[in-house]
Amino acid sequence: MRILVGVKRVVDYAVKVRVKPDKSGVVTEGVQHSMNPFDEIALEEAVKLKEKKLATEVVAFSLGGPKSAEILRTALAKGADKAVHVQVSEAEAAKVEPLHVAQALQKLLEKDKFDLVFVGKQAIDDDASQTAPLLAGLLDWPQALYASKVEEGGAGFLKVTREIDGGLDTVKVKLPAVLSADLRLNEPRYATLPNIMKAKKKPLQNIPIKDLGVEIKSQTSILEVSEPPQREAGGFVEDVPALVNKLKEKGFVKN
Amino acid sequence: MFFRPAISEAIAEFLPEFQKVLGVSGVSTKESILRQFSRDEGHFQVSLPSVVLSPKCTQQVSDVLKVCHANNLPVIPFGTGTGLEGGSVCSQGGVCLNLREFVETPKVYESDFVSSVRPGVTRLSLNEHLRNTGLFFPVDPGADASICGMVATSASGTNAIRYGTMKENVLNLEVVLADGKILNTRGKDRWPRKSSAGYNLTELFIGSEGTLGVITQATLRLYPRPTCFSAAVCSFPNVFSAATAVVQLLQLGVPVARIELLDDVQVAACNAYSNINLEVSPTLFMEFHGNEENDLIDQMKVVEELCISNGSRTFKSSTEPRRMKDLWKARHDAFYAALALRPGGKGFSTDVCVPISRLAEVIAETRLDLEQNSITGTIVGHVGDGNFHVIMPVFEDDPEEMKKIYEFSDRLVGRALKANGTCTGEHGIGLGKMKYLREEVGSNSLQLMRTLKLALDPKKILNPGKVFI
Repeated sequence: MRILVGVKRVVDYAVKVRVKPDKSGVVTEGVQHSMNPFDEIALEEAVKLKEKKLATEVVAFSLGGPKSAEILRTALAKGADKAVHVQVSEAEAAKVEPLHVAQALQKLLEKDKFDLVFVGKQAIDDDASQTAPLLAGLLDWPQALYASKVEEGGAGFLKVTREIDGGLDTVKVKLPAVLSADLRLNEPRYATLPNIMKAKKKPLQNIPIKDLGVEIKSQTSILEVSEPPQREAGGFVEDVPALVNKLKEKGFVKN
Repeated sequence: MFFRPAISEAIAEFLPEFQKVLGVSGVSTKESILRQFSRDEGHFQVSLPSVVLSPKCTQQVSDVLKVCHANNLPVIPFGTGTGLEGGSVCSQGGVCLNLREFVETPKVYESDFVSSVRPGVTRLSLNEHLRNTGLFFPVDPGADASICGMVATSASGTNAIRYGTMKENVLNLEVVLADGKILNTRGKDRWPRKSSAGYNLTELFIGSEGTLGVITQATLRLYPRPTCFSAAVCSFPNVFSAATAVVQLLQLGVPVARIELLDDVQVAACNAYSNINLEVSPTLFMEFHGNEENDLIDQMKVVEELCISNGSRTFKSSTEPRRMKDLWKARHDAFYAALALRPGGKGFSTDVCVPISRLAEVIAETRLDLEQNSITGTIVGHVGDGNFHVIMPVFEDDPEEMKKIYEFSDRLVGRALKANGTCTGEHGIGLGKMKYLREEVGSNSLQLMRTLKLALDPKKILNPGKVFI
């Protein structure tokens, strides 16, 4: 089984994001970036499958600006065998939407056979959660999203347990399939220095986006990004009747 | 709760000056905030500070200290409040300097294995930041403490045996002195691995517990994250044989990364608190780091033979990460597991450290002392360093109980000092251990410490009432 793992370069989860003064987005200049945490989990699962001898090769993929190459090197340090960087300019990178990523992946899969495409369930910058289902739709492949456990399901199948609102949903998917990783699937390993050094020698292929024939044309436009309202200090009241009056005043309790 | 009105009035006069430096939001006199900053993880709760100030940069720290210095206002630096000896507790009222908001992204110099951090950065957040570099900062006291706070108490953790304590891992410090002067102990932006230039100011501030200066940046040594790990858990018929096994292990030169001893009372507490199922008898937890799995397997064989020859009944080892993590979680939660033995009690922790050859006898005598005096306490220790803690949940409002506890502590320190050791391996003197300092270091050393203190802080505004009686 060959696994293609999608990884995205996003603002690091520990950063306190600030909204740009023109409200067009958040400040990303000079801000710490790293691999999307859910993609780390997808990558870890793919590497585990390889260690269990259920997969033969793990290839990391990213669609992004030049700096996405750093994220791919990290993926190689964490166990991927090869990496593919579909490169766009910095300016274009800001306009990339999940559909473009799905289209790029679709084009790659036309030339290169994979049995499994594994991505994180959503990116922590846009929370779109669209790439995996869009890709499954474009390819007409089975999908199992929000995976919290991945097991063998018999020859040519995987058994995937999914976390859904009501509990756990276990499905059997026929390969090739698209999977997306949820939080509790695994705990990603650290990249160690020897592996980081080895990763520098692993193949990282660069493909400009136009070679794939995918056009970055936005389907949505961001109207405004704003911060949540500032939390205001509470007030004190003297006694319960005063509290009840206040609640009525504010319309929380019917008169 | 002992609130000192006199100092509070004096400080009220200066609130506008503090607000000028920090803005209105950086100055708080709200009671709930004062309470939050009046205590640490130990059992001391002396008084409320008069005001909590929250600087966000070195210049603000300096400007605040200038105001305090000019007007003789006591200043208590406060990191994460996870100390155990009252080092950041307010003993005489005054200004609490909350450094948690002084945060920046850690600066990392990967090829140099160095990182510089501000006071608001904790050890876990630093390691999270480093997670993809292949490097880590190894000093790991139980709590997620602020790194500059760890410098102030000369903290150590479970893997000091292999990676050292804060003393071995700080290359440079930015410090603000009592009068607001800013200095870098090795010079600004310098981090050579070693230097012979001038006096060793860096180590002067390590362990100074906020009495010589306020630490506003620490430049640290990082290490490569080990590639391979293995862990072993081994129970012994008694503490003496466990401690003897440790001594022999070190004498053999096996490169162990962690050796922790949990006595039977602690093991039982951990079983109950963390829902695990260890055999209830003195137990050694060991961890080995390496780059090659084969090396670790060879080491494990040696260790197993050694433990068996010391009467070990069970020897379990693992290279499985999740299992190893479970074992170590129990150890890191040991403090809270011990407190859970008497819910509502506050943690009173002892911290003696003795040369390895005396460890077995000191621990055995201590366990006997606890039993003979019916004191609830667990023993857990970084036995590779000769350091162990007796953790006792206590009710401070009960004077008879506290008398018993303090007498026990006095006997324990006496025992450790007679065994060529120290009253505090890693927690610091703070409020709790001041009376032992003279006996331990001798009057000439104590005199020199006082001379240094007065040279750096003649007005005695920095953390008064700590370290020295």
